[in-house]
Formats: sequence, structure tokens, C-alpha cells
Amino acid sequence: MDVGTFCAQSHVLVIAGKGGVGKTTMSAALAKMAAGAGKSVLIVELEGKSGITAAFGRHGDLGYEEVLLAPAGPGGGGSVRARRLTPDDALVEYLEDHGLKRVSKRLARSGILDVVSTAIPGIRDVLVLGKVKQLERDRAADLILVDAPATGHAITFLTSASGMVSAARGGPLRTQAQDVVELLNDPARCRVLLVTLPEELPVSETIESAFTLEDKAGVQLGPVIVNACDPEPVGLERPAAEVAAAAGLTVAPEHLAALEDARTFRLARHTVSAEQIERLRRDLPLPHLLVPALDAEAIGPAETEVLAAALADAVAALVDEGAS
Amino acid sequence: MPAGGAEGAESGEAADGGKAATRPVATLPELVTERSVVVCCGSGGVGKTTVSATIALAAARAGRRSCVVTVDPARRLADALGVESLPNTPSEVQGDWPGHLYALMLDSKGTFDDLVQRYARTPEQAESILGNRLYQNLAGALSGTQEYMAMEKLYELVHSEEFDIVVVDTPPTRNALDLLDAPRRLTRFLENRLFRALLVPTRMSLRAVGVATQALLRTISKVAGAEIVQDVVGFFQAFEGMEDGFRSRASAVHELLADPATAYVLVTSARPDAITEAGFFAGKLAERDVAVAALVVNRIAPSFGDAESESPSGAPDLAALEANLAALDARAEREEGAFSGLAAQVAPAPVGRIPLFGDDVHELLGLQRAADQLFR
Repeated sequence: MDVGTFCAQSHVLVIAGKGGVGKTTMSAALAKMAAGAGKSVLIVELEGKSGITAAFGRHGDLGYEEVLLAPAGPGGGGSVRARRLTPDDALVEYLEDHGLKRVSKRLARSGILDVVSTAIPGIRDVLVLGKVKQLERDRAADLILVDAPATGHAITFLTSASGMVSAARGGPLRTQAQDVVELLNDPARCRVLLVTLPEELPVSETIESAFTLEDKAGVQLGPVIVNACDPEPVGLERPAAEVAAAAGLTVAPEHLAALEDARTFRLARHTVSAEQIERLRRDLPLPHLLVPALDAEAIGPAETEVLAAALADAVAALVDEGAS
Repeated sequence: MPAGGAEGAESGEAADGGKAATRPVATLPELVTERSVVVCCGSGGVGKTTVSATIALAAARAGRRSCVVTVDPARRLADALGVESLPNTPSEVQGDWPGHLYALMLDSKGTFDDLVQRYARTPEQAESILGNRLYQNLAGALSGTQEYMAMEKLYELVHSEEFDIVVVDTPPTRNALDLLDAPRRLTRFLENRLFRALLVPTRMSLRAVGVATQALLRTISKVAGAEIVQDVVGFFQAFEGMEDGFRSRASAVHELLADPATAYVLVTSARPDAITEAGFFAGKLAERDVAVAALVVNRIAPSFGDAESESPSGAPDLAALEANLAALDARAEREEGAFSGLAAQVAPAPVGRIPLFGDDVHELLGLQRAADQLFR
């Protein structure tokens, strides 16, 4: 599939997955990939973590105000912008939009949001998603990437709106929730990409949450991103001692043992990840984007570039839905 | 960077005047032989549950009566430990060690219910709170409640005196303050001034409260619906008279968290983003003068070569094997380098390592293997 086509399939992509699988890194790489295909991108971070800025060679945490992470390129590349969006930010803005500017700051500060959000579970999530919906309506960018909270919370996050609609409480909040449900249920406007690692626990959680998200939140899932895949082992089929003997080489026993331990370790890890990728294919009928593990100490602009290129290759290898 | 409104107000309240009571352990084994409370903290997905269980197991192997509290709702730990289920009370894990190992899975709502029953003045009061809709949402919706209930359970277990050491796995929390401030946050919620004002006089009369408060209440009704306000008022009325009990309990829990016998173990994986998050967490702990007792790096890439090992043979037949060894050793070295900054940040806390094994074993055997490596 053409990368441009892939990026134009939905206005909003929600990037979700278990903690520690690299959601933020993948958000950065997707942004870079889309920008490379000429799309303007807005990354919405829900916690204001610094990972996303570091991935573009910037410093510091994100704030409520948008920052430009990468300008539009001369060769037709799109720009990448990012901002933080917390429930408190969203509430203040919501109240201001509803003509309650005078009380908004005080309401957010007084701790009453805690009381209200306990009385109406999900209000925080609906407010945040309501703001995302507004950004989408305004076409704030060609593609909006939402770096979602870790899976357990992501399910709550994405199902809270439909919960609020069915609880049938009246007023503007219900309307807001209804709008959010419409956004989430329309694949041309919004899809969810799950990120995982080729390991047992993340794969199990991905499979479970995929079904929960489709059933409960009614969202359409895009391809699953499998991050940090080790390269295929090459030339490690035969034991080190056998190879050395066959070539008539004399190798110090300690070194031979190190070669052999490293060989069995690599093969064992590869078996584990191959099994998990296979399990994912078998149990979850979604396409996959395999992204290689990087030998890097930190994720900076160079690493983001490499990952974006790998994602673009994986997207290019996807079968067009119309063609299949 | 200023925090959002509500958090901003909260961080204004300083912790108790700089009593830097928590301290690092001198060596990792000291964690399991000397300390009585171990709090494993860090961001999500780094293996906190496994590390908690590993530490508790090591304590049992050192002959102590040990208990691990997990907040992970998956049955993973129960499966790994070979116990049927881990409800809100400790179950003993059978195994060949001189001490005793118990495990329990935190039931946040059940722990809260117990607290309400403990501090209610009459059974009727407890009943009316437990039946209130706002209360029923509290355990799931108020951020920090799960953290507080984990700490509350910890306190209860420590004071039961049935254990020499209690190890608690914490919810994945990005900000350490969410953990440390959880008791205070809940009491703050229960003492919310606006609603206290509403309770005087007992029959809710809007005329009795200030103009500003009325405006706020109208706002809430307008945005969220009038029945929300009814739920809330009902809750705070039912809760009246219990605040003191809750407050003193919360401060007792808070004291336990600042006690010298309490050890904070910061858990991270060797992934760059996890290390960044751990650094952020450690910084927040330091803001409250809470010392990291030990740093545990989970799933770190193993090294295979040794310094004595001769240089690659250069034989073409061995090239692939040599390249593989070199790549794995380079990765081990890089990972070791990646958290050196974090290690310096939490110094003099010792650094423990649990390597990435060739296979993934989640049973007791896997924990024993991890304990062997961590405390070797």
C-alpha cells in the first residue's frame, strides 16, 4: 500500500498498547513517515512526556501550546507539531467554549473536578476525546496522532464515551459523548493502532485488548505494530564446536563456549519472538507492521528516521484492502 | 513547567518538613535481610510485579516470613506462584525454603469497603456509604485511590505483625508524587470545602451557601446534570463524622511511607524510554526527600564474552558466530552504559540486574532464577 494512501485512511490514529512497548517512539516514527509522504501531522500527547520531543531532537516536556517539532520540508514533506492535552486543560477549554470562562479556572483548581469526575466516571476521557474531535473537525492537521495511555487505561479511555451515552444523563456532556462515539466509530475519521513487542505478555495483552476495543468501544483497528523485532539469525545453524572442528580450527575453549552461549541465546530469543508473532497472526486477524529492534542508547532524530523508514517499508508491503 | 490546575494546587503542600528518613541499602541482600517494607515502583511494563515477587521470594529463602502484595489484575502472579487465587487476604505459597512466602492480590474496592466499615460509627452509616453511587465509583475513578489502597493494605499487613517483610508492587505510576500523595489526596477529596459548606445546615439549602458556591453548583448541574449533585451531596452527608478516622489513618500510612525501615526500589528495564521514565520518577522522589533504596534493572541483555577471552579467530567459517557474539556483547555494554546516568542519579543506592534469559519462564522456577541473579 502506498504510504500516502495509508496516512489518508483516517484523520485520527490512536496509538495504544501496554506500558513499555514503545508507543511514544512509534508515534514519533509514524509522524515522521506521514510527514515524509507530504502530510502535516499533529501529535497529541496525553501525559506531556518528554519522549516525543527527544525523538525529534528537542528538549523538555510538551505543554498545552503546540510546538513545531519538524518544519515542512523543501521536498514537499509535511510539518510535525505536538501538544499536550490533559483533562484539566480540556475542562477549562470546554467551560470557556460554553460561556463559563469566569468560573472555569476556579473550578479546575478547587478540586471539584475530582469530585465531579468521581461522580461521572469517564468525564475526563470524554473531555479529552471531545477536544481531539474538535481538532479533527477543524482539520488541525492532515493526520492527528494520539499517543494513548497504557492499554488497561486505553480501554477505559476509549469506552468511556459510549458508557456515558448509554447512562443517558442529559445535558451538553451527553452531546459531547455522542460526538466522541461518532468519531470513534467512523473508520474514515479514526482508527486505533495497537503497538506490541514480540514477547508473550505484550502479545497476550494485545490480543485481549483488540477484541475488547472492537466490541466495547466500536473502534476499527488498523495494523498491529510489532516493535523491536530481532533480525533473523543467519549462519548460526550449527554448534560452534562443530563449525570449528569441520574447518580444522583450534579455538580456545573459553572463547568457543562464549560463541556457543551467544549462539544458543540468540536462537532461543528468536524462537520466542517468532512464536509470539505467529500467535499474533493466528489469534488476531489484523495485518502487521514489523519494526526492527534498534541498537541505540536513546531515541533521537536519527533513530526516528530509521524507524520511520522501516514503518514505510512495512506499510508498502501491506496488501491494499481493495485489491484483496 | 507548571502542572495542570488541580495538581498545581496540590504540589503547593510540601511534605512533612524535610524529614529525610528513607535511605539506600548498602548492598542488595540487605533489602531482604534487614528491611521490613519494600515498595517497588516505576513506570508500566518494566516488570515491577516480577521484581516484587522475586524480592519476596528471596526473603523467604533467607528465612523470613515474607508477603508480596500485587496490584496486577492479571492472574499471572497467581499462576507463577502456583496458588489458586490471590484474593484480598494472604495465601501461602508452597516451596522449599526456610521461611514463609505469602502473596495477595490487591482488591482496591474491598480494601476501601473494609476501611469504611472500620470507621463508620454505626452499621447503618457504613451501609449508606457502601450503597452510594459516588462511593461505588470512588475506587475506580478517583485517580490515586488504587495507589492509596495499595499503601493502606501495606500498612494493614505491616501492623498485623504476621510478617517480617512486606513487598508491595505499585500501580504503574508515571509521577512518584501520585504514590506518595495518594493518602493526602483522598483525605483532601473527603474534606472538599465546598461540600462541607453544603452540609451546614444538614438539609441542603442553597441559600445557606455563598454566591460563588452557588454559581459553581449551578455550573456542575448545568454541565453534568442535577442528579450528579444529588449523588455527591448524599455521599458527603453519609460520610459526615468519619473524616477524622480517615484522616488519622491516612497520616499513619503516610508516616509508614516515610519510615527508615521502608525501602523504595526503583524498577526499570534497559529500554531507553523506560530509563528516561525511571529518571523522571527518581527526580520526583528526590523532590520529597525520598531516597531510592536500590535500583533494579530488569531484562538486561546478558554479556557472553569475558575480558580474558581471546580476540576473534578471524576464520571465515566462524564469521557469523563471531559477529553474533560481538553484537550481543556490544548490546550488553550499551545497555550497561544506558543506565549509568540513572545509577549515578540514585547513588549510593546499589544497582541490581536481572538478565534477559534465553527463554521466558513465568512459573516459580522463573522467579527463583531471577532471584539467583539479582542477589548473587
